[in-house]
Parts: sequence; C-alpha cells; structure tokens
Amino acid sequence: MVVEIGHFALILALVVATAQMIVPMWGAQVRDARLMAVGDSAAVVQFALLIISFLALMHAFVTSDFSVLNVADNSHSEKPLIYRIAGVWGNHEGSMLLWVLILGLFGAAVALYGRHLPATLRANVLGVQASIAVAFLLFMLFTSNPFERVDPAPFEGRGLNPILQDPALAFHPPFLYAGYVGFSMAFSFAVAALIEGRIDAAWARWVRPWTLAAWMCLTLGIAMGSWWAYYELGWGGWWFWDPVENASFMPWLAGTALLHSALVMEKRDALKVWTILLAILTFSLSLMGTFLVRSGVLTSVHAFAVDPDRGIVILTIMMFFTGGGLALFAWRAGALRQGGLFAPISREGSLVLNNVLLSVACATVLVGTLYPLALEGITGEKISVGPPFFNMTFIPLMLPLLFAMPFGPLLAWKRGDARAVAQRLAFAGGLAVLVTIGVAALSGPGPWLAPLCAALGLFVLFGAITDLLSRARLGDVGRAEFLRRIISLPRSAYGTALAHAGIGIMVMGIVGTSAYQTEKIVALKPGERAEVAGYDLLFKGITPTKGPNYSEQIAEFEVTRNGSPVTTLLPSKRLYNAPPQPTTEAGIYPAWTGDLYVALGDEQPSGGVALRLYFHPFVRFIWIGAVIMFIGGMISLTDRRLRVGAPQRARSRPAAVPAE
Amino acid sequence: MTRKQKRGVLIGSGVLILSIASLLVMFAFRESIVFFHTPSDVADKKIEAGTRFRLGGLVADGSVKRGQGTTVEFAVTDTLAKVNVQYTGILPDLFREGQGVVTEGKLGPDGLFVADTVLAKHDENYMPPEVAKSLEEKGVKLGPGAQHKSGAGY
Repeated sequence: MVVEIGHFALILALVVATAQMIVPMWGAQVRDARLMAVGDSAAVVQFALLIISFLALMHAFVTSDFSVLNVADNSHSEKPLIYRIAGVWGNHEGSMLLWVLILGLFGAAVALYGRHLPATLRANVLGVQASIAVAFLLFMLFTSNPFERVDPAPFEGRGLNPILQDPALAFHPPFLYAGYVGFSMAFSFAVAALIEGRIDAAWARWVRPWTLAAWMCLTLGIAMGSWWAYYELGWGGWWFWDPVENASFMPWLAGTALLHSALVMEKRDALKVWTILLAILTFSLSLMGTFLVRSGVLTSVHAFAVDPDRGIVILTIMMFFTGGGLALFAWRAGALRQGGLFAPISREGSLVLNNVLLSVACATVLVGTLYPLALEGITGEKISVGPPFFNMTFIPLMLPLLFAMPFGPLLAWKRGDARAVAQRLAFAGGLAVLVTIGVAALSGPGPWLAPLCAALGLFVLFGAITDLLSRARLGDVGRAEFLRRIISLPRSAYGTALAHAGIGIMVMGIVGTSAYQTEKIVALKPGERAEVAGYDLLFKGITPTKGPNYSEQIAEFEVTRNGSPVTTLLPSKRLYNAPPQPTTEAGIYPAWTGDLYVALGDEQPSGGVALRLYFHPFVRFIWIGAVIMFIGGMISLTDRRLRVGAPQRARSRPAAVPAE
Repeated sequence: MTRKQKRGVLIGSGVLILSIASLLVMFAFRESIVFFHTPSDVADKKIEAGTRFRLGGLVADGSVKRGQGTTVEFAVTDTLAKVNVQYTGILPDLFREGQGVVTEGKLGPDGLFVADTVLAKHDENYMPPEVAKSLEEKGVKLGPGAQHKSGAGY
C-alpha cells in the first residue's frame, strides 16, 4: 500500500511539474500575476509529493519489502539499518529519485524564499526548473521506476554491493547530487534571464548563494568519495583520474569558475555574457556527469552494473537542455548590454584569469575523458587515457592559478597596483619558500616539481592569512583598532580566506602524498616483522570473527617506532553473505605527518599472507582542506549581504517592500 | 589604455592560455595513451615486445599459479587465444578465475606479459565494456552475470 502511495505521488509530481512548466511561463509572457503565482504553489506541492514518494521508497527498504523489485535487487534483511536507508540511493532507480527530490527542493526554495525576485523572473525560473523535473520524472516512470513490483516476491534480497556498505559512501551521493542539481538553479536563472533578455547585478546576487551552496556540497561530496576510495579500495590512492571521478570534477571546476565570475558581475556589472554561458555549461557538465556514470559508456574502476539503454535517454535529456540552453544563448546573448570597464591588472582581471585557467583546465579534463570514446567511435581502436595524461595537462594549468590566487583578493577593483600587492605578499612568499627549503632538506630526494608545488600551496595558505590581516590594516592602525577591525570584517572575507586556505592545505597534502609516499609489498608469516617509513610492524597472526552480515579474517600487527609502542593495527578481509563478495578493510594509523596504511592481500601457499604497506605523508591534509573549503562556503553564506532573500540594494528596491 | 587595448589584452591572454593547453594536450596524448588489446589481437597484430598496452579478457580457468613471495602467474583468454601474464603485487578482491580482468604492462620477448597493474572492479557482475565488446565481436557468448541489468550504481 505504502509503495502504491509512493508510486502515485511520483505520477502526481509529474503532473504538477508539467503544470509548473507551462502555466507560470505563459503568465510571464502575458503578464498575468495570477498565472505566474501558480508556479510558487506548484513548486511547493511538487516537492511535498516527491518527499512522500521518497519516504515511501525508504519505508520499503527499511521494512525489507522484497515484493518491490528494486528492494529485492539491492537490499537484504540482514543489512544494518543505516545501510538499508542508504540503500535507497545505492541503486540506479533510487538515486534518480534522490536527484529529482533535490531538484524539487531547490525549486521549492525559490518559491518560498524568492519573494523579492521580480515576478516574471521567478515565474520563468520555476518554469525552467520544472521542465528539468518533467524530463527526469518521465525518464524515471518509463524506464527506471523504483516502485515496480515483482511477483512472486523473493524471500530474501540480493543485497547491496558490500564495498558500498560504508558510512562515508552512504552520504557521498546526497552531497554529490546536491552539488550537481544545485547548479540547475544557475541554469534556470540563466535561461530565465535570456528569455527576458534582461540581466543585471541583482541577477548575480541571486545566483551566487545558490551556486555557492551547490559548490560546497559538491566539494564535500567529492572529498567523501576520495576519502572512501582511499581507505576502502585497499590501494591507498585518493584520486585515480577515473572517468567517473572526472565526471564529478568537471562541474566542480566550471562551478568554481562560475562562482568567481558571478562575483565580478555582482560587484562590477561586467562579464555578463560569459557568466550566463558558464551557468549553462556548468549544469550541462552536471548532466553529462550523470550520463557518464549512469550509462557506463566509459570504462571505470568505479563503474557498477550500468544500463546503456537508459544512458541513451539521459543523453537525450542532456542534449536537449545543453543544446536548448546554448541555442537560446546564441539567439539572445547579443541583447545583453556589456558594462564595467577594468584594467588587466585589477580584481576583475585576476578573476578573469581564474576563469580562463579553470575553464581551460576543465576542457583538458573533458578532452581526456571523452577522447577514448570518440576514437573508438571513429576508428574502432580502443585506448585508455590514464593519470599521466591528466598530470601532464592539468597540473601545468593549476600552477599559475595557485600563484595568482593570493594576489586576486588583494588587488583593487577596476585598477590594481600589482607592485603594492606584491610588497604585501612578500612576507607570505618568503615564508613559504623558507619553509619549503627546510622541509625539502629534511625529507630527502623527490621529484623537482614537488618543492615548487609545496611552496605554492604554502604561499596560497599564507596569502589567505595576509589578505585578512591587510584588510584589517595590520601595521597601519593600533592594536586595539586592528583587533576591532579584524573581528568586524565581513563574513564573506573570512569565507574567501578560508576557501583559499583550504586549497593551499589540500595542495600540500597532494604534494606530500604524491611525491614522498613509500610503498612496500611483502609476504609475512606470523611472528615476522616488516619495516616501513621508520615504523616497525610485527605480524601476530590472523583471527576469524563474524560481523552482522559478513565473516571476517582480522590480522593483528603490533606497531612500534624506535622500540616504543605506537599502536595495534587490525586490517582485515571480509566476506559478505549477500552478495558473497570479499572486501579489504585497511588498517590505518593516522598522524599529522602522515598515515601508516596496511592492507591484506591473498594468503600465500607457503603459509604467510601478502601485505601492502604504505606511508602516505600529509595525506589527511587533502580532506581537511576540502572540509575547510566547505566551512568557508558556509561562513560566506551566512553573510548578510549574500543571504538568500536579502533585500535588494536601495537603488533598485521597489517602492513598497513588505516588512519582515 | 583604451577600451580596445584592454579587451585585446584579455582576449590575447585567453588565447595564449588556450593554445598552451592545446599543446600540452597533444603532447600528453602522444606520450601517455595506452592501447587496449585482447589476446587474439596480440596473436594477430604481432605487437612488438616492450610496447605498453592494456590486455583484457577472462582469467583462464585453472591458470592461476602463485609463485615466490607475491608474484602471481595467470593466463588471460578471449577463448580464442591465450596470453600468459606475470604480476607482482596484490590482486584486487574480485580477481577470480573465469572473471573479466584488465591488466596493464609490457609484452616480453618470450611472449610473457609482465603486468604492473591489474584493474579492480567494484562489482562482481561487472564486465569491463572493452572486454564484453571484444568478446562479443569474437562471437563468444557471455554468461547471464555479464549483462546484469539493474544493479548498484554510483
């Protein structure tokens, strides 16, 4: 019964979304306030229906209702509760439902918090947003219905792929999707602006918080995925330049560029056409990400069972929205007036450089990801493009970006003084170089590029601090005045500094673990020892145990350093009951200087066990950096000037603003 | 600077960065592309020893032999031809006889493929598309597991 309610709610959501797609846009054309108002209520009702639908599916998963095909295929009654819940989006149908639910959430947010938006803009935004929902709801109901029944119902489900039964991965998809789908707001606003043929700074002030929220979620989502790959896959890698990873990374790069160009548009009324184009492209890349992951056209280590036929439908949806958006852009963009002159050396100039580098980097990732597909289509030759390609193309583009990053926030709008800024950054730069020389001297030989990159990471970090200090006029004013100023800096200044500092910290983690990691593969028998990066490991033996839905072989290692005990590591191999699939659980000893990482391999015929031992210097900084970026975004979002629904500037404020 | 000059600087630097990136991409493609071959390709195309490529197919039944330490030997087959592979390291969890596998490495002069990477797949029913496709082209019928329809997906 609950399942039928969920199914029915999904169909109703499609009906409501169809109305929301047509009525308000038509109302905006004929300037009818009543018709436009339909969009608001429709968006809220659509979201409520999607919640009902989602909860119904969750109910089926939690109660293990195996008469639902999707539950029978992807769940198991022995699974712990959290993974029965996470199992809702741990499969194609359920994850599409989550996708549409988040889309509905953003639509409802515009309806509820968008009271200050011009009525026609709001109506058009809701209409465009609904058209995306219609496409995906049709896709779900006709090709991937999560509520399909199976008769006769099996007694037990087939279970969720064990490596997905993991806390970090349980919450990875919701964040990733919030990011992907959040960029739909930028898209809807861009298309609505093109339909109206009018765009101004207020537009950017509206789009920026949404883009920022989406960007934050995507940042955290990607970081969670990377963290999971690091400890769960047992190879100790954190990024593989795999197509599925690139699929989420490209919208992130484009979204980061969009975030910065929207800033120029909001503050200086410039880069309008480019910002609109970027908004369309960012969401198109999100759709492409969904397509690449869902269709399985690319070989990926992260590819799970996929269905090419459904991929074609998503490809069609993607072509429709990308093509439609770009066609509208080509037709209407000429009407947008350009404004805001600036010199090349200025805040605007640095943000343009940021945009050029990020979008070109995004393009190289795109080329590397799609080239194998194109070549196979044309010549039939099968190739793979791996990490060496991306390292050779992506890193050289990131180095100038990192170097320019501390300069940007310190330059003045319109016309900046590069020399004055360089003087203010001299201390940060000098410190970065000194620390790097010190560390490089201690850490021994590594690739020549590594110290350079580490210095850039430190420069970005110190540069972010310099930005805050110089905004509070350290040195120019007395101590009390400085403290007063630094406390009362706008939150968006703290947000920027934190996000940039997060990048700097992440770069150091990346350099540390990529250039200086130690890897060792050994075979040990109980009682034997191995040594890695100064740690001494004594293998004590293997004990079999049982978990809730798996049996486990736990190996015990006593770790010492220079004779003094450090920790006991318990890496294990699990064999899950359903589906019967083995997984490797690494034993990790985390420390600030790096992680000691032990993964079990196969048992040897001679009686020992094969082991992979790693030392990953500073690897945690990668995810700590991402979390700092997320926090920076949060702080920026709470800035009064950025708050969603904040009144517009006095200049453009309508005569009567309702009291709040 | 006039408006025109300012715009010129902007467009010029954009074009410069774009062309540097294109050069990098072309260079990187020449250096780092790895071709994918099946065991029959290896037999038919006379691939030179020492070329790096990816070898994909099924792990031949009964072929896995554990040697000294962590060295493993096995054969990759597309049921028409077979290539012996040597790999030192730890095999992925889902490496099994009869399952699809992709390995990367170089062919030795003696016809032994020395792999430094054996690709792990996360899903027991997953078949790398290249393997599935080339097996199909060779007319090999796949078991029901290889074309599993609805399943986990991230």
